[in-house]
Order: sequence, then structure tokens, then C-alpha cells
Amino acid sequence: MQLLERHRAYWRSNLRLTAGLLAVWFAAGFVAAFFARDLQSFNFFGWPFSFWMAAQGSLIVFVLIVWAYDRAMNLLDRRYGVEEADE
Amino acid sequence: MSKPPLADSTGTLPGSAPPRLSRPPQQAFNAYLKRVYIWYTLGFLFFVGAVAVLERLRMPRVWIGYIFLLATVVMYAVIGVMSRTSDAAEYYVAGRRVPAVFNGMATGADWMSAASFIGLAGTLYLQGFSGLAFVLGWTGGYVLVALCLAPYLRKFGQYTIPDFLGARYGGQVARGVGAAIAVLCSFVYIVAQIYGVGVITARLTNLAYEVGVFVGLAGILVCSFLGGMRAVTWTQVAQYIILIIAYMIPVVWLSMKHTGNPVPQLAYGAVLEKVTERETALLNDPKEVEVRALFALRGTAAEEKLNGLPASFERGRGELQRALEAAKALGSPAEVIESAQKAVDTYPKDAKAAEQAWRKQAAVKSRSTAPAPHGEPYPGKDEEARNAARRNFLALVFCLMVGTAGLPHILMRYYTTPSVREARRSVFWSLFFIFLLYFTAPALAVLVKYDLYTLLVGSDFSKLPAWVNSWARVDPSLLSITDVNRDGIVQLAEIFIGPDIVMLATPEIAGLPYVISGLVAAGGLAAALSTADGLLLTISNALSHDVYHKMVNPNASTTLRIGVSKAVLLVVAMMAAYVAAQKPADILFLVSAAFSMAAAGFFPALVLGIFWKRATGLAAVAGMLAGLGTTFYYMATTHPWLRQLFGVRASIAECTWWDISPISAGVFGVPVGFAVIVLLSLVSRRPNRDTDQFVDQVRYPNLR
Repeated sequence: MQLLERHRAYWRSNLRLTAGLLAVWFAAGFVAAFFARDLQSFNFFGWPFSFWMAAQGSLIVFVLIVWAYDRAMNLLDRRYGVEEADE
Repeated sequence: MSKPPLADSTGTLPGSAPPRLSRPPQQAFNAYLKRVYIWYTLGFLFFVGAVAVLERLRMPRVWIGYIFLLATVVMYAVIGVMSRTSDAAEYYVAGRRVPAVFNGMATGADWMSAASFIGLAGTLYLQGFSGLAFVLGWTGGYVLVALCLAPYLRKFGQYTIPDFLGARYGGQVARGVGAAIAVLCSFVYIVAQIYGVGVITARLTNLAYEVGVFVGLAGILVCSFLGGMRAVTWTQVAQYIILIIAYMIPVVWLSMKHTGNPVPQLAYGAVLEKVTERETALLNDPKEVEVRALFALRGTAAEEKLNGLPASFERGRGELQRALEAAKALGSPAEVIESAQKAVDTYPKDAKAAEQAWRKQAAVKSRSTAPAPHGEPYPGKDEEARNAARRNFLALVFCLMVGTAGLPHILMRYYTTPSVREARRSVFWSLFFIFLLYFTAPALAVLVKYDLYTLLVGSDFSKLPAWVNSWARVDPSLLSITDVNRDGIVQLAEIFIGPDIVMLATPEIAGLPYVISGLVAAGGLAAALSTADGLLLTISNALSHDVYHKMVNPNASTTLRIGVSKAVLLVVAMMAAYVAAQKPADILFLVSAAFSMAAAGFFPALVLGIFWKRATGLAAVAGMLAGLGTTFYYMATTHPWLRQLFGVRASIAECTWWDISPISAGVFGVPVGFAVIVLLSLVSRRPNRDTDQFVDQVRYPNLR
């Protein structure tokens, strides 16, 4: 079928959301690890900050990204009328 | 190309057999599952409690091992038998009605292999910060799965990953190449799992390793053989519950012992501080320095003998023989003659054996350097070494993440949810359940380190804890403590501990009853078996569904297809067990290689297939091959074992790019894959309208 403007707008929003969340993912996964030596002297509740980030902080960010994507996409699906029928 | 079939939102497939009997509505089914698994969990805890009581009644330890092995494998078998099926949708994708939470648990078990469960804590113990690359990589990959792949693959709604490649890139070539890569990655990975099963079974029960391999094989086959994805899914949920309980109990206990806080993840920051203090103290301790110097001396002596081969071999033998004769001639005491005789007897038989033995001795030189501080990122002697360590850390994280999003046995799991919405939610649950283990593992490593550094180091050799002796007896290559400087006190440098033992020995280190050791071993077994199940199914589906049904015999009936699948399953399982029984060298490298190959082979083609309509079939095939080829080329020229296999002459230094180690070869393969697909797509003819519409169908949960 031919795509409507509504469909194109849905896909654009999806791409924006995906790109934004991937940027957060990159920051938590790679940028934080890249500067690990510079951040290690900063004490975070007992941990050197860079160790805490790699062992817990970044992981928590990853879980939150996936959670946020799920929530946001459900909203987008409904707003643009492409959601699945309820079972 | 005809319009590819897509599943509608309720998940029934065009052309698939009608569901057996009347299906219960999804909500009732969810409630039923919840009830079953809550009772299952309570039952399992009760079982562990009962075994604990039996242990208090002085039941022999080896029985505990047998009970855990038998009870868990029989339970998996019962689930397998109960879920037996020959319906295509049930066999390949568990009827597409696995709720998000349960698919999350199943993915967690599918994902966490013997390496995660047993090896990770040990790797973190030995490598400190560098080991965190695994923790980051093996969780961060799920962000890519969630954002770039899972919902779209679910909307596509067929059976396998090569299915998607075939439909999107219009042809048998893309499907065939996809199937080949899927088989390659999964086979390498499954050998490692079966190896793990063999090792754990052997530990748990004193059976021979080879027997252990085949017991494990039976446990794997009984599930996947009878019920395909349906049986594997419900067994994996059960296995996740066991493995997470088994991982948490010893860590919580250890945390209580050292911090008084039952939440190790919150408490170990302070413990890490104490470990760092202790490390600084031990670094300059004169006794430690003495032991390390002794190791340096031994290593250098062995190196000299190695360099002097073959003359040094004859000389060494001559010296020992002369010493023996001299002792006899002088009429020395019997024990002196005896020990001189023993020295002659144990001397290597020929120059080749001597080289092997001395190479081992020379390796102790690595023990002459103090371990790097646990919390320090990228340790190194100078700025250049530190930068190389950082590059390798980031490259490994990248390969593990992208590899996660390319491994077909994981992606396949998202075909089993009832809807796109559930698939998205399911990635969240998967990551959450995986996260529970991965953010506990660093805590475990630090707590064990604290325990050993404060309680074992500095203790008296005559009062070693019981677990040290029992594990050193099992295998000295896993744990050995020898009084190198003969002062009767344990120095840190005198302890050698292998990565695979840290987790298995934790219950004993924490002073827990033996029943918990059995539980941990059962957890490791669950982790290895569940991953092996998923991998085996991936291989057999690629061969029976993609190669046989879609390429060789498209008219095959459902019954015949599933029959072929089961036959392939049996043959592949036997082959994997045969390879594992040979104990192939460098098993950990093989696992990491699977990640790099999956990353370079699948990820670019899958992602561009969804996000870029212009990507063409020809370009995708070339890109998959180029990505995989680059990865393989880099590994073959830089990894010692593969270099030997292929007879590479150039030195490792010449073949290495930017000091990246071979396990991260995917860091080159992935960009090459993307570049080839983009460039070739731009110069080849635009895909036709059908492909355009196919991509639109995949992108929208419900296009209307």
C-alpha cells in the first residue's frame, strides 16, 4: 500500500528516538570507558567513579534505554495509528 | 520476487498448520504460566532445603552431586516430554505465544552460557577493571537488539534469521550465505558449551569427562529433539530460575560475612577500597618481593635451557646421572640416592618433551610481576601501553555488543512473542534478567579477592582451609599454593588460581554447606545446557528449514521438514560432542571468535536491510562475505593457534593492526561489512517495488 503522511511522520519520529537513544548508549558504553583513567580519582560512594560506571552505572543506563524505548514506541504506535489490535 | 508472507498481528502464519485443539486465550495462558513457575520455584527451593537436611544427617558428599545432576536433568527431560510437538509453528517458534516476561527469562538462560556463569567471576577476579569489558559488552548489546532488530524481526514473523535475509534481499544466495554463517558461529559456540557441561559433570560426580559430555548431551537432546523451540523455551525458563538462585546465594552470604549487608551490589564499594589498600601494602611487602624474585629466577633459568636446546638437554641429563652415580659411589643415605634416582627418572625423555616441560617452567616468569591493582583502568608501564590497553578494551566491548546483536540463537527468540509490542517489552525483560547476573559478578569478584587477600594471604601453611586442599587435588592447573620461599606463611604471589574455579569454589570460600556447592554446579549446568539447546536449534533450523525446505525441497510436508530437523539435530549434537570430547585447545578464544564472526557477518546486512531501502541483495551478500572474511583473515594472521593451522610466516607484530588482539577482530570486519554494502548498493540497481513494500511492512507494527 501507499504510505500516507501519517506513516512517514511515524517513521521519522521513530528514527529520531532511535538515534537519540543510541547516542545515550554510545556515551554510557564508550565515552565513559574512554575517559576511565581521568575519572578514576573521583570517589563515588566508595567506588572509583570509572569502575562503578563500567560495573553498574552504564548497565543501569542500558536497562533504562530499553525500558524507555518500549514505553515511547507504544505511545508513538497509538499516536500515529499503527498499533496492533488487542488480543 | 513475490510478496513475502508476513504474520498478522495475532501471530498466525499463512500456510502453517492450524493450532492444535483450541488455544487458551493469551491472558489465561499467562496466568497459568505464572502459577506453574511460582510452584516450580517453591518446589526447587524445597528440594534444596531437603538435600541440606540430608547433608546434616551425614549423607556422603558425592551423593549430593549425583542428586543435583540427576534431579535437574530429569526435570528438564520431563518439561521436554510434556512440550513435545510436531506442529511447525510450535516446533520453530513455540506457537508465538510466549509472554514478554517469560521470553525474557528464556533469553537470559539462552544467553548466559557456561562462560558467563562460571568463567566471568574468575575473569573479573584476575583482570580487575579490564574484565569489565565483558560485563559492558554482554549487556550493552541488548540496546542494539531492542532498537535496531527485535521489533522488526518480530513483525517479519517467520522462523529463522536466514529467512529474513532471503526475503529482504530477494534470493537464495543471501539465504544460503546467512545459513552458512549461522551454522559456523553456532557450532563454534556449542562445542564450548558441551565442553563446559563435561567439566561440570565430572566435578560434580567424579564421572570421567567423556561420560560427562554424553550425559550432558542427553540432557540437551531430550528437550530440543522432542519439542523444538517450544520445549527449549519452557526448559530455559526453568533453567534461568535455577541459575539465578544458584548465583545469588553464595554472593549474598559472602557479602553478609564481610560487610554485614545482604545486598552485595551496594556494599562492595567499601570492600573495593579495602582491597586496594591491601594491594598497595602487598606490593612492597619484602616477603612478596622475595617470592616474585624467585619466580623471575626460575623463569630465566628455564628460558636459558630452552635457548640452549638441544645441547642443554644432553647436558642436563648428564649432570643428573653423574650426581646419581656420585651419590651411589659415596654411599650416601638411602633417601639422597632415592631423590637423585627420581630426578633422573622424571627428566624429560627427549629434547621435544624437554622443550614442552621447560616452556611451562618459563611461563612462571609471568608470576614474577605483581597483579595490576583491581580498580585501575588500563594499567600499563607507560603511556603507550595504557593507550593500547584502552583501545583493546573499547574494541572488545564493541565486538561483544555488536556480536550480541548478530547471534542468531538470540535474535530467533524474538520470533516467539505474540506481538511486536511484546517483542519490545521482551527485550527489556531479557536485559533486566541478564543484568541481574552481570551486575552481581563484579561484586562477587571483589568479595572473593578481599577474602583471599585478608584471610588466606599471611596465614600459616599448616592451617590452610579445607577447600584449598580439595580443589588443588582436583586439578593443580586450577589452583595451587606452594611455599616457594619456604617461610611457612602464604604469600599472595604463592597462590595460583585459574579463572574457572572462582565461582565454583565460592560457596566453600564463604563457608557454606556442601549443598550450596552442588547448587552452584547445577546452576552452571543449567547455564551451559540452556545455551547449548538454543544453539543446537539454530543450527538444525538453518539446515532443515533454510537449506532443505527453502532451497532443496520446497514441497516438503510439515511432517517431513520437522523429521529432517530432528535428524539434523541428532547428527549435529553428536558431532559437537565428538569435537568437545577431544578437548580442543583455546576454547575461550573460540567463543569470542563466534561473537566477532556473528557481528561482522550478520549485523550490517540485518540493520541496513531494515533501515535503508536502497540496500541491494548483491551488496548484502558481498558485505556479509567481506565482513566475515576480514574478521577471519585478521584472526588467522594474529592468533597463535590459527597461525600455526594456516602456516602464517610473517611475524605477529607485522600482522597486528593498532595492537588490537585477535578476539576483537570484528572491530575491523563490521565497518568493512557496512562499507561494502553501502558502496555496492549505490552502484547496483535500485531494489524493486516489492522489496520497498516489504521493508514498509516490517517497519510498521500494523500498517493500515
